[in-house]
Amino acid sequence: MMESPTLPVFVAAINWHSLLFYLFASAACGFAVAVVLTENVVRMAFYLVLSLGATAGLFFLAGADFVGAMQLMIYVGGTLVLLVFGVMLTAQAPLVSIRTSPADKVLGGLVAASLLAVLLQSAFSVEAWRRPAVGDVGTPSATPLGMALLGVRVDADPTTETTALPAGQRPVSATQAAALNPSTRSGYLLPFEIVSVHLLVVLVGAAYLARAKRRRTPRSTETAGLDAGGGP
Amino acid sequence: MADFLIFTAGLPEWLAWSVTAGVAAFLVLNVIAGGALVFIWAERKIAARIQDRLGPTRTGGRFGWLQSLADGIKLLAKEDLMPAGADGMLFKLAPYVSFCASFCAFIALPFAFDFVGQRLNVGVFFVVAVLGLEVFGVILAGYASASKWSLFGAMREAAQVVSYEVPLGMCVVVPVMLAGSMDLVTIAEKQSGWLTNWYLFHDPFTFVIFWVYVTCAVASVNRAPFDLAEAESELVAGFHTEYSGLRWSFFFMAEYGSMFLVSALAAILFLGGWNGPIPLAALLGFSAGTGDTANYWVRLVGCGNLMGKATLGVLVMMWVRWTLPRLRIDQVMTTCLKYCTPIAALMFAGVMFWQLLLPGGLIRGLARPAGEIREGWLEGPGGRAATLRPLPLAAPAAPAPTPAQPLVSKPSLSWVQP
Repeated sequence: MMESPTLPVFVAAINWHSLLFYLFASAACGFAVAVVLTENVVRMAFYLVLSLGATAGLFFLAGADFVGAMQLMIYVGGTLVLLVFGVMLTAQAPLVSIRTSPADKVLGGLVAASLLAVLLQSAFSVEAWRRPAVGDVGTPSATPLGMALLGVRVDADPTTETTALPAGQRPVSATQAAALNPSTRSGYLLPFEIVSVHLLVVLVGAAYLARAKRRRTPRSTETAGLDAGGGP
Repeated sequence: MADFLIFTAGLPEWLAWSVTAGVAAFLVLNVIAGGALVFIWAERKIAARIQDRLGPTRTGGRFGWLQSLADGIKLLAKEDLMPAGADGMLFKLAPYVSFCASFCAFIALPFAFDFVGQRLNVGVFFVVAVLGLEVFGVILAGYASASKWSLFGAMREAAQVVSYEVPLGMCVVVPVMLAGSMDLVTIAEKQSGWLTNWYLFHDPFTFVIFWVYVTCAVASVNRAPFDLAEAESELVAGFHTEYSGLRWSFFFMAEYGSMFLVSALAAILFLGGWNGPIPLAALLGFSAGTGDTANYWVRLVGCGNLMGKATLGVLVMMWVRWTLPRLRIDQVMTTCLKYCTPIAALMFAGVMFWQLLLPGGLIRGLARPAGEIREGWLEGPGGRAATLRPLPLAAPAAPAPTPAQPLVSKPSLSWVQP
C-alpha cells in the first residue's frame, strides 16, 4: 500500500485487448520468420501451424468467430497434409534438411520485400484504418453469410425496401417485384453447390487417373490372410 | 461474472476479466484432469470386469479408488527420457500440442444454458475444427521419437484422419440443419421439453446418423477398435512408445479429455444437451428469470445432466473398447469411407426431405411460400423467438402467419423462454 503510487496506475492500464493483440501478432510474425529460417521440413510445418493458429487467434480477438474457425479448419488443418508429406520425405536421409541456394534467397527476398511494400502502402493509404476502431461494432455472426447464399440479402436494409414503395403502390416492373419478393430471390446457393460438386468430381477423377494400375489380387488370399492373423 | 465483479465487488475491469478467465480455465482444467483420474480408474475396473478379473482392489480402500492418484504420483516421479536420435524440440512439445487442442475445444462447449466459456455463434464448427488439431500432437510425437514404431503409429493416424473426418462432418451438420444454427446453446435449447424432442428421436434418419456419429467419434479419439496409432499388441505403444513420465500422461489426459468432449458434443447435438428426459423445471414452474437463485440451481442440475450424459458416453466407449477387436487400417478406411460416408450422406438427404415435407409440412409448410420461412430464420439470434413478420408484398393471399416456429416440429416446454 505504501509503495510507489505509480505501480497501480501502470497496472490499472493493462488493456487485455491490446496485450492479446500484441501477443498473437508477435507470435504470428515470429513463427512466420521461423518458417523461413528453419531447414527441417517438419519443423517448418510445425512453425507454420503455430503462425496460422496465432492468426486465427487474431480473428477471434476481432470477434470474427466464423473466420477464425475457418482459419483453424482450412489453413491449420490443411497444414496437416504438409506435415505428413514432410514426415514421408524426411524418412530418407538426403531430404532431412532443405538448403536454399543464395540466388534463391536473393530472389525470394526481393519478391517478399516488394509484396511487403505494396501491402504497407495500401494499408496506410486507407483513411479508416489509420486509427483503431472505437466503440462496439456489434457481434458479427455467420448468419448473414449463410442467408446470403439462400438469397436473403441482409446487407440490403429491409426498412429501406419497405419504405421504397409507399403503401398501396404497385412495383413498377417485374424485376423490381422479383427483387422485393424474397421467395423469388435465387441467391448464390446453386452456383456454390455446382462449383463444389464440380470440385468433388475433379478430385475423384484425379484419384482415379493417378491410381496405380494393379493386377487384382484374388479374393482367396485376402481371406486367407485374415484367417492366418487370428491373434489380437 | 465479470459484470458482477466490476459492479458489485468493485474490482477494476482488467482484474475482473482476468479473474473470470482464470476461474473458467481452472474449472475446465479440473473437468479434464479430474475426469481423467476418474475415467482411468473406471476403465481399469470395467476392463477387469469384462475380462473376468477384479482390477485394482487395494489402493485406497475396497475398490481401489485411489489407484489413479497413485499412478499419477508414480508418473510424476518417473524419469523423463528422450531417445538419442529424437528431434528434441518437437519431442518435448508434442504432448502439449495434443493437450492444448483438447483443452481449447472446451472453451466453446456449453455445460448448461449459460455455463459456457465463450458462447460462439459457430460453436459446433469451432469445436470440430479445434478437435481436429489434436492429431498434430500424435503425428509430431510419432515423427520426433525417431523410432519405427512411433512413425508407423503416426502414419496410421494420418490415414485414419482422412477417413473419419468426412463422415464426422456430415453427421454434425444434421443437428445444425435441424436447429437452423451452429450455436451449441441454441441447438440444445431447441431440444428442450420431453424426451421425444431430442434430435435422436426426431425422425428415423437422425436415429441412424447418431450411430454413424458414434462410430466416427470413437475413431476420432483413437479408441479401440480404431486405436491403430497406438496398437499396443502390434506397435509396442505406437506414437507414444518413447514417452514416459508426465509427458506420457499428457497424451492420456488429452485422450480422456477428447473422449469426454465428443461425448458431450453427442449429448448436445442429439441427446438434448442439459435438458433431462422429463422437463422437470418447466413442470415445477420455473421460468427463465435473470439469474435468480432458483434459476441458478436449475442450471446447475442441467450441468449435472450434461455431465451425466457425457460420462455415459465415455463408459460406452470403454465398453466398446474392451469388447471389439481392433480393425486393420484398410478395414478402418473401408468402414469410414465406404460405409459411414454414404450412410451419412443418405441420412443427410433423408433428414433434409423430412424437414422439408413432413414436420407439419404437408399442412403448414406447403401453405406458406419458402421465402417467408427463410425470413423467419433471420429473426432473433436463436430462431426460437422467430415469429414471422408479415411481408409487404409477398403473397397477400396466404393465410395469416401463425407465430409457430417454422423449424421446431413440436411445441416445446422450455424454462428458458417464458
